[in-house]
Amino acid sequence: MATPAVADITAIRRQTTQTGDIVARLITLAFAASIILITLLLVWQLWFQSAPSRHKFGFAFLFSSTWNPVTENFGALPFVYGTVVTSILALLISVPLGLGSAIFLSELAPAGISSALTFLIELLAAIPSVIYGLLALFTLVPLMRDYGEPFLKSTLGFLPLFKGPVYGFGLLTGGMVLSIMTIPFIISVSREALLAVPREQREAALALGATRWESTWQIVVPYAKLGILGSIFLGLARALGETMAVTMVIGNDPKIVASLFAPGYSIAAVIANEFSEATGQVYQSALIELGLVLFLLTIIINGVARLMIVATTRKGSKR
Amino acid sequence: MKTMKMSLALAGLMMVAAPLATAQQINAAGASFPAVIYQKWFDEYHKMHADVQVNYQSIGSGGGIAQLTAGTVDFGASDVPMTDEQISKLAVKPLHFPSVLGGVVPTYNIAGVTQEIKFTSETLPGIFLGTITKWNDARLAKDNPGVKFPNEEIQVVHRSDGSGTTFVWTDYLSKVSPNWKSKVGAGASVNWPVGLGGKGNEGVAGTVKQTANSIGYVELIYAVQNKMAYGNVKNASGAFVKADFNTVTEAAAGAAKNIPDDFRVSITNAAGKNAYPISTFTWLLIPSHIPDAAKAKTIKAFLQWMLADGQKYAAGLSYASLPKEVIAKEVKQIAKIQ
Amino acid sequence: MMRGNLIWRKSVNAAMLSVTAVFTVLAVCSLFLILGYLVYYGGRSLDWNFFTKLPLPPGEIGGGMANAIVGSLKIVGVAALMGLPFGFLAGVYLSEFEDKVFCPLVRYVADLLNGIPSIVVGLLAWGLVVVPTRSFSGLAGSIALAVMLIPIVTRQTEQFLREVPLSLREAALALGASKWKTIATVVVPAGSKGILTGMILGIARISGESAPLLFTAFNNQFWGGGITQPTASLPVMIYSHAIAPYDDWHRQAWAAGLVLIGMVLIANIAARLVLARGISVPRA
Repeated sequence: MATPAVADITAIRRQTTQTGDIVARLITLAFAASIILITLLLVWQLWFQSAPSRHKFGFAFLFSSTWNPVTENFGALPFVYGTVVTSILALLISVPLGLGSAIFLSELAPAGISSALTFLIELLAAIPSVIYGLLALFTLVPLMRDYGEPFLKSTLGFLPLFKGPVYGFGLLTGGMVLSIMTIPFIISVSREALLAVPREQREAALALGATRWESTWQIVVPYAKLGILGSIFLGLARALGETMAVTMVIGNDPKIVASLFAPGYSIAAVIANEFSEATGQVYQSALIELGLVLFLLTIIINGVARLMIVATTRKGSKR
Repeated sequence: MKTMKMSLALAGLMMVAAPLATAQQINAAGASFPAVIYQKWFDEYHKMHADVQVNYQSIGSGGGIAQLTAGTVDFGASDVPMTDEQISKLAVKPLHFPSVLGGVVPTYNIAGVTQEIKFTSETLPGIFLGTITKWNDARLAKDNPGVKFPNEEIQVVHRSDGSGTTFVWTDYLSKVSPNWKSKVGAGASVNWPVGLGGKGNEGVAGTVKQTANSIGYVELIYAVQNKMAYGNVKNASGAFVKADFNTVTEAAAGAAKNIPDDFRVSITNAAGKNAYPISTFTWLLIPSHIPDAAKAKTIKAFLQWMLADGQKYAAGLSYASLPKEVIAKEVKQIAKIQ
Repeated sequence: MMRGNLIWRKSVNAAMLSVTAVFTVLAVCSLFLILGYLVYYGGRSLDWNFFTKLPLPPGEIGGGMANAIVGSLKIVGVAALMGLPFGFLAGVYLSEFEDKVFCPLVRYVADLLNGIPSIVVGLLAWGLVVVPTRSFSGLAGSIALAVMLIPIVTRQTEQFLREVPLSLREAALALGASKWKTIATVVVPAGSKGILTGMILGIARISGESAPLLFTAFNNQFWGGGITQPTASLPVMIYSHAIAPYDDWHRQAWAAGLVLIGMVLIANIAARLVLARGISVPRA
């Protein structure tokens, strides 16, 4: 008599807990799946809203350097140029600085100092873009205009890169702001990659008589090179999409000029400046198409970066 | 922890969802040219009618037209009248209401130069075309004896956004320079041969103020409020005229008597001995049918005030008030708003 | 000869140590420079008006950004209400209900979403909310910010839930608790410090964003009519005031910059302190 009742109760309890589990799983699954949905929605929105521009210009959009709202003739090239040039400039400055700092923090510095300094550097990544822009506008631009760029012009002025009038605003200043913004990413991720290198590697090198630097540069860094490369790509992706800081100092001129002193334009900056006043379907959809181009660029570079970083952590933990 | 989170969330929701009790929020956007007097007007109007908040955002004339077309604002503002094509895109026909007169001035920041520079129909287009590249160019020196120009490159600053101010400026340049007309033309957004882009009248003024040896074009008030130097322009009658209340008023005098019914008219390069050649009306773009009856009532009341007491603020802010004939005609147009 | 080579190698070693140390000091110095400028210029510019007054018409002195401060709080608050539970639940799934194909995909997509430029997210919110409702609104801005918040919270939640030891879960299951009860009453509380950290960091990150608000929340000179109307926010105000020519507006931009960075840095430091205290797992 008692046994069947107990069996019933246990069966019911098992059922309700199973239902509870299923419900919990479904709810959390829904939210996890929605992340994919949101991303797909974003892609669809960009694709759909940029239709008028895509149909009018086709692939020529990517290679045309005209940006004429009056004749409704739009091309992405000046903005891709500005975006790429400022990002490359940023990396040229931030990669040596960032990698050097990462090496110092992971290999050469005592542990206490290392974590304290890393904490401070990671705070740099938390500073909002508009504040970088504010500072750059009022401090970096006058500095470049009055000292930096004239100096470069007088010493390296024979290069087409450093010819032409000096505004303070322009591609060079844009690149410099971006470099400060990408450094914390490179330091943070490279340091993780370097720390993930197994101790045995270092110890083997040191046992063979290498100095600390030789052990670092010839053994550890090459071992972590995938992760370091990943950090560079990550920094690049961040630099490509940066909006406010760049908008405030780049000069807002959609032209392709060899000189780094010249004002330029980036994809993010033109969308920020011109979107709320784009009159007409073609103009607006051209800006959205630019957004699509930027989206694809950052997705590809971010995707590659993540693959590299995943490969490193897997490699490091193998041993 | 859980109950605290709940109550925080509730408090947040209440704060967020509760608008001010009876406040009427009207959204507008558009030209930066008249933004200074518009902000003053809406601020004063709010002081007189505490329940009315007219939120005006200065995003450029192009923005005003674009947002009016998108329907995200209750009315727009522009220094360039809407074209027939732009009007055709709107479901509800917009009415143009001139609000105030103003002048666009060449403002500059040149090391060592404190005098007023005289610009002509040769030098002004030349600078903005990039054919005159240095301040000590002979063509500038010719009209400005006694001014010691530095041997520096001219940094041109123009608008990066769709701008009615740009339209007025390029409209004038097209009228006086066939070269400009063929190479660049007139428009709210043109393909500038040279220069930096600034966002809004504010951005251009800010950039010129910060950049040595630069020149830009802004509405008069932006140069005045920021104590920036601005030059005289040679008008159609041959006189070098500085923009002020009287010279801008004179530029509108001719057009005022025969202003078309839809108020769309250009007064650049106007005839008149002392007319300032780069003057313009600026318009509020009000939909002819406003579905929200309360909003329609408020907007009509504001327009009445603007055409009467509002005009008194013009002189103090370096704009010019509307001619009497224009005001009279506009008052009649208010009735057309339903 | 060997000794000469050794001396060279040792001096290279010392030199590179110094060079990399200098680089690190440079990087850290830039932080102090930034903070220094903000504290100096912002500190001089802060006054009581800033916190209490509305913006005045251009050219008039003495206005403030009271509406922008409240507006930012509103927009970020609503974004948090939407994004925090969303990200949290998604993170729970990734950590607790493993799935060979689906989970890695979601993780990858979450990381990609994290890297999307904020202006593009603004375009999404514009297309989804502003266009159909034919109105700029703080809500559209909140949705843009929520989309940026979700991947951050998801990954942080997952990471800290994973760190909860298996033994805790097994103990609960052995005592007869169901899986969801285990998660809710044992695992989540154990990882709560880390999860909270992730949430605070995420909110700090989105509260400084300006680009996604440019054509969603737009801007407002007044207090505004609620979250469904254009709403002022600190980051957008900083931008519009910095590029204007008025010295008083520049002063206010500095003040706003100081207030914003103050909020962001306090949140960051608080979050890391919370984390540094360790996970709240009682020693067995």
